[in-house]
Amino acid sequence: MFIIGESINGMYKNIAGAIKKKDKAAIQGCALSQIKAGADALDINCGPASNLPQDDMRWLLESVQEVTDKPLSIDSSNPKIIASCLKLMKNPAIINSTTADAEKLSILVPLAKEYRCRLIGLTISEKGIPQNKEQRMESAVSIVSCCLEEGFPVEDLYLDPVVMPVNVAQAQMRGILEAIEEFKVISEPSPKCVVGLSNVSQGTCSRSLINRAFLTMAVAYGLDAAILDPCDSVLMDSLITAELVLNKQIYCDSYLEAYKRKNYGS
Amino acid sequence: MAEGLILEKWSDRITQVTIGATAKEGGTRRKTIQIGGEHTLPFLSPEGALPHKPVIAFEIWDIPPQDWPEELMRNYSEVAKDPLAWGQRCVRDYKADLLCVRLKGAHPDYGNKKPEEGALFIRDLLKKVDVPLVILGCGDDAKDNLLFPACSEAAKNERCLIGSATQDNYKTLTAAVLADGHNIIAESPIDINIAKQVNILISDMGLPLERIVIDPTIGALGYGLEYAYSIMERARLAGLSGDKMMALPFICLVGQEAWRAKEAYVSSADFPSGGSQVMRGIMWEAITAVSLLQAGADILVMRHPEAVNKVRGYIEGLA
Repeated sequence: MFIIGESINGMYKNIAGAIKKKDKAAIQGCALSQIKAGADALDINCGPASNLPQDDMRWLLESVQEVTDKPLSIDSSNPKIIASCLKLMKNPAIINSTTADAEKLSILVPLAKEYRCRLIGLTISEKGIPQNKEQRMESAVSIVSCCLEEGFPVEDLYLDPVVMPVNVAQAQMRGILEAIEEFKVISEPSPKCVVGLSNVSQGTCSRSLINRAFLTMAVAYGLDAAILDPCDSVLMDSLITAELVLNKQIYCDSYLEAYKRKNYGS
Repeated sequence: MAEGLILEKWSDRITQVTIGATAKEGGTRRKTIQIGGEHTLPFLSPEGALPHKPVIAFEIWDIPPQDWPEELMRNYSEVAKDPLAWGQRCVRDYKADLLCVRLKGAHPDYGNKKPEEGALFIRDLLKKVDVPLVILGCGDDAKDNLLFPACSEAAKNERCLIGSATQDNYKTLTAAVLADGHNIIAESPIDINIAKQVNILISDMGLPLERIVIDPTIGALGYGLEYAYSIMERARLAGLSGDKMMALPFICLVGQEAWRAKEAYVSSADFPSGGSQVMRGIMWEAITAVSLLQAGADILVMRHPEAVNKVRGYIEGLA
């Protein structure tokens, strides 16, 4: 599983405060603790409250690039901000994200190709958030088609089925899981699949447990990557165990340690 | 239409282990032996790098073996009583690249020699031969835990390969190997889960993975060879795919297992349909060995010089 650490996000108070005070050490500490806990990449988002999102994103990216060469996910819904951030990237970049909106695709797919980065594609269309599996698949096909037309390698495309909070859209959960599996048959080679995990437990009172249960099921449906909190060690252990059950690593009594050592290099 | 080969791209490679130390490196060996480093499956050189050919170690004992079949002993009849001469013969006459010394004489049932005697033998052998050594204990845990530190110290800085550490008995040997600059054999009973676990336990004590060689335990042709093969293959595939705890070279005790098979030693009178007794034993050892080469063996520990010749030819033909 490709783990993208979610914690550098301006919607969290500590990060919003650090952005405001330009407290570089706090941001860098957050980056390093996520990597130590198993993040393969870090999501960078200045949050919805930022008055100067372009400047804040650039500052965040530059601060994090000083301490790690892990891939960074430029998390913004504004293609202009993404384009400006790509220019200062030393680390491998992940564009987070495009949607199936034709205008966004026409800007972001060529950019992803030009900068040779991975691209996250939310299965959201001009009509808005998907309500069922069919709408997800429809948007997924539009995104994949655009990538094929533009010559962007589909194996670097990460489709996101858009995970809804379980307390809001309980009826959609099964369709979301099935979409993860069905994305794979859209093309050969297959696109990959990513979820923003924490959404599933938004507004509930058992967040970590719900995250864990959903992630385990998503892994069984073929999930390739997740944006999550790697510092939630029980979540990470569940993930490693789910992969073990699926025969993705060889069992031994110290399998958790073996996985961590192999992947986190500790 | 001609189709190109479909080549797999592996994410990882097997660790490289160096056995033996030259004068420059603080030892006294003429040359070192390197194993491992594979970036693909055995002999699939178009697919990835295979920097080192598999090597064969001649097995010798510190006492005259009582249970080796006659056909095997014929090659060593004049030297078996003098293990130092036995070692020299393997190097001089049979061109051994590596010697594997089984310190059987320390076993309570095979003479119960003192650890100091084992250490003295190793010291003498290092003077008599200039190839790197693999050193195996007697197989009795309590005795081996006295023998290992003594022999490890006697061969300090010679970068031997010493074994075997098991899941229940690895601490003494690991500590000795760490202190004296050797490599270790991590043994498991044809069990991939335990193989992985032993490697973790040993590396937890601070020994780098570049100093660990897996003994997966093998069965000879007709005695579990397929099972050993499948375990080694699975471990190798996992290692090449990124499981660092499985990405280690293998040592296989081929001679020991092959010559235990009744087909290798019963007389032609007792087994008339089996053909020549001489060839049967040799072929049993050679076929077991070449099968394990295909599973990923890096060091083959063998006994019969003729079987060794056949396997050398096979390696040269394919590598």
